[in-house]
Amino acid sequence: MSAGAIGGDSHWPLWEVFTQGNQGEPFEHAGSLHATDAEHALQNARDVYARRGEAVNLWVVPSSAITASAPGDAGPFFDPGNDKAYRHPQFYKVPRGVKVF
Amino acid sequence: MSAAHGDEELGIAAGEASAGTRPVAGARGPDLGDPLVECLLRLGDDRLILGHRLSEWCGHGPILEEDIALSNLALDLIGQAASLLRLAGEVEGRGRDEDALAYFRDGVQFRNCLLVEQPNGDFGVTMVRQFLFDAHSVLVWEALAAGGHPGLAAVAGKALKEDKYHLRHSSEWVVRLGDGTAESHARVQRALDDLWRFTGELFRRDAVDEAVAAHGIALDAAAIRPRWDAIVDDVLARATLVRPADAGMRHGGRTGRHTEHLGHLLATMQIVARSHPGAAW
Amino acid sequence: MDPKPTPQEDPALLAAFEARIAAGESIEPKDWMPERYRRQLTRMMSQHAHSEVVGMLPEGNWITRAPSLRRKMSLIAKVQDEAGHGLYIYCGTETLGVDRFDLYRQLLDGTAKYSSIFNYPTLAWADMGVIGWLVDGAAIVNQTVLAKTSYGPYARAMVRICKEENFHKRQGYELCATLAAGTPAQRAMLQDSVNRFWWPALMMFGPSDTDSPNSAELLRWRVKRKTNDELRQRFVNLTVPQAQAIGVTLPDPDLRFDPETKNWVFGAIDWSEFYEVIKGNGPCNQERLAARNRAHDEGRWVREAATAHQAKQAARSTEAA
Repeated sequence: MSAGAIGGDSHWPLWEVFTQGNQGEPFEHAGSLHATDAEHALQNARDVYARRGEAVNLWVVPSSAITASAPGDAGPFFDPGNDKAYRHPQFYKVPRGVKVF
Repeated sequence: MSAAHGDEELGIAAGEASAGTRPVAGARGPDLGDPLVECLLRLGDDRLILGHRLSEWCGHGPILEEDIALSNLALDLIGQAASLLRLAGEVEGRGRDEDALAYFRDGVQFRNCLLVEQPNGDFGVTMVRQFLFDAHSVLVWEALAAGGHPGLAAVAGKALKEDKYHLRHSSEWVVRLGDGTAESHARVQRALDDLWRFTGELFRRDAVDEAVAAHGIALDAAAIRPRWDAIVDDVLARATLVRPADAGMRHGGRTGRHTEHLGHLLATMQIVARSHPGAAW
Repeated sequence: MDPKPTPQEDPALLAAFEARIAAGESIEPKDWMPERYRRQLTRMMSQHAHSEVVGMLPEGNWITRAPSLRRKMSLIAKVQDEAGHGLYIYCGTETLGVDRFDLYRQLLDGTAKYSSIFNYPTLAWADMGVIGWLVDGAAIVNQTVLAKTSYGPYARAMVRICKEENFHKRQGYELCATLAAGTPAQRAMLQDSVNRFWWPALMMFGPSDTDSPNSAELLRWRVKRKTNDELRQRFVNLTVPQAQAIGVTLPDPDLRFDPETKNWVFGAIDWSEFYEVIKGNGPCNQERLAARNRAHDEGRWVREAATAHQAKQAARSTEAA
C-alpha cells in the first residue's frame, strides 16, 4: 500500500495542542497529534495530553494554520526589541526618598 | 462394582432409609443474597467486565490515539468497579475486598449484564457495545448521584463525569463509523443488530431493585428508558443506522445466568490470582 | 545504511551550526541543519518511537491476567503511557519533515529497527515487575541524558516522557519487592524473570562505542551526550544495590565491586545474541511485527471511515454555506 493511499494516518491532518494548566494561566504548547476534525482532535488531545490532569482547558489548532517566524528573521524580528530601554521601568528615575512606588 | 461401593467413592452417604425422606423439591430461581450487596455487585461487575474487555484492546487499537483513548475508558471503568466491589464487600461483611470478589468468584456468582461480556469483535462491535452501555450508565449515575446512599452517591458523582465523556467518545465513533464508508456502515449496523438483544436486560426490574429502594437507591427503569431511547435514537439518526426491533431480548446476567463468553474471560482474568492462593501482589 | 549519498554541506553554514551546538544552543525544526544531522535524528527518533509502540506488546500480554485490580490499572496506565510516548516522539520526528505514517510503514514492513529488548517474550507475571525495574530503569538512564539532546523537539518530548516514566520504574520495583517478600513460588518466579531479562537489559544501551558506527558523530553534535558504555555502567551501578535490597541474584558470576573505580564490574556481554535479535532472529521478532501489522490492517476500515465521515461533513457544511 502506498503512503498516499486512503486509510493512511497521513490523511488525518496534524493538529497542535495547547493546554492551560490552571485557571488564569496562559496556554502552552503541549505537542501535536493526528485527527480528522476539531472535535476528534479535542478528544484525542484530552486523552493524549491531559491524562494526568495537566489541563483545565485545551486548544487544538490545525498545524497548517500556524505561521512561524523564520529563523533567518531572528535578527530583524527580535534584536530591535532588545535596545528599547524606555519600555522597562528601570529606565525611569524616582526621587530619592520615595521608597515604595 | 457394587452400587454401594460407587456411592462411597463419590462421597455420598446414601443410606437406604434416609434417601427416601431427603427433600428433593428445590427453589426455582438462583439464590440471591442481600439486595444491597446484589445491587452493588451488579453495578461493579458491569464495569469490571466491560473494563476488562476494553483492556484487551490495549496495544491493538486502530490508531495510536485511539489506543490511548480505549485505555482511558478501561481505567475509568475498572476504577469504578474497584470502588463498587469494595463497597459491596463492606456491606456484605464477610471480609471480602474488591480483589477477593473479582478474582475468587465463579461465573455464576457474577452479576454483570450480558451486554458487557460479549467479545470485542471488531472496533465497530466494541464501540456499539460501549455506546449502548454508556447511554444507560450516564442515566444510572445521574439517578444514583442524587440518591440516598452516601457511599454509592459518592462513587456515582465521580463516575458520572467519567461516563459523560465515555458517551461523548462512543457516540462520535458510532456516528463516524455509521456515516463513514459503505464498509464501516455495514459493519456497525451488523454490530448493532447483533448486540441489540442484550439491551432489554438493562431495563429489567426485579426484587433486588424493589428492595434497595429502602436504602434510598431508586433506579427507576421506566423513567430511564425514554431518555435512553432519545439518546440512542439521536445518535443512530446521525449515524444513518437503523434501530433494530425489540425482539428476542436476552437476559440472565443479573442472576448469574451468563452467556458462555464470561467463563473464558474469567479463566484468563483469574488464572494468576487463583494459581497462588493467599499470595499478596 | 543511508541509501541517499550525503550531500556536500556549505562549510560556512556547517561551521555556524557546530558553533551553536558547542555553545549549548538547541536546534529548532526550521533552523538550518546538516543533512546528516537530520537523517541521524530521524533514524534515532523513529527507532525510539517504534520501540515505545512495539514495547506495548510484551506488557500488554499480561494486562488481562494481572492478579489484582490495582496491578491491572497500573499496567494499563503504563502500557497506555508507552502509546503516548510513541506518539510524542513520532510527532517530534514529524518536525524533521517526515510523515508518521511513512515511518510507521517502515516498522510494519520490517525495515525499521526498534529496541531488541521487546523481542523477548513475557512468560510470567513477574516479568511485569522486572520489565518495569530493569527495562524501564535502563530506558530512564538513557532518556534522562536524551532530555539534554541538542534537537529541541526531541529534548522536550524526553522531558515530558521522563516525568511520566517516573512511575514506571517504581511500580516495577515495588512489584518485584512484593514478589520477593512473597511465597516461595513467587520468589522463584521473580528470580527466573531476573535471570531472563538481566543480560538483554544490559544490551539495551547498544554495543560498545568502539563498535557503534554512529556514536562519534552523534556525540559531536550532542544528539547523544554520553557513550553507550558510560550509560550501561551507570545503570549497573544503580541496579546492583537494588537487587541486593530485595534479595535477588543477578545471573553474572563475574559481577564484583571495584573499590578503586567504585564501579560494579560485570562479565562479558554475549553480543552475538544481540546481533541475532537485531537481524530478526530473536524469540519474538515475527510475533511482534505480526501483531502490529494485524492491528494496522484491522484498523484500516476504521481510519477510512473517519476520513470519509470528515469529508462528508465538510461537503455538507460547504453546501449549507
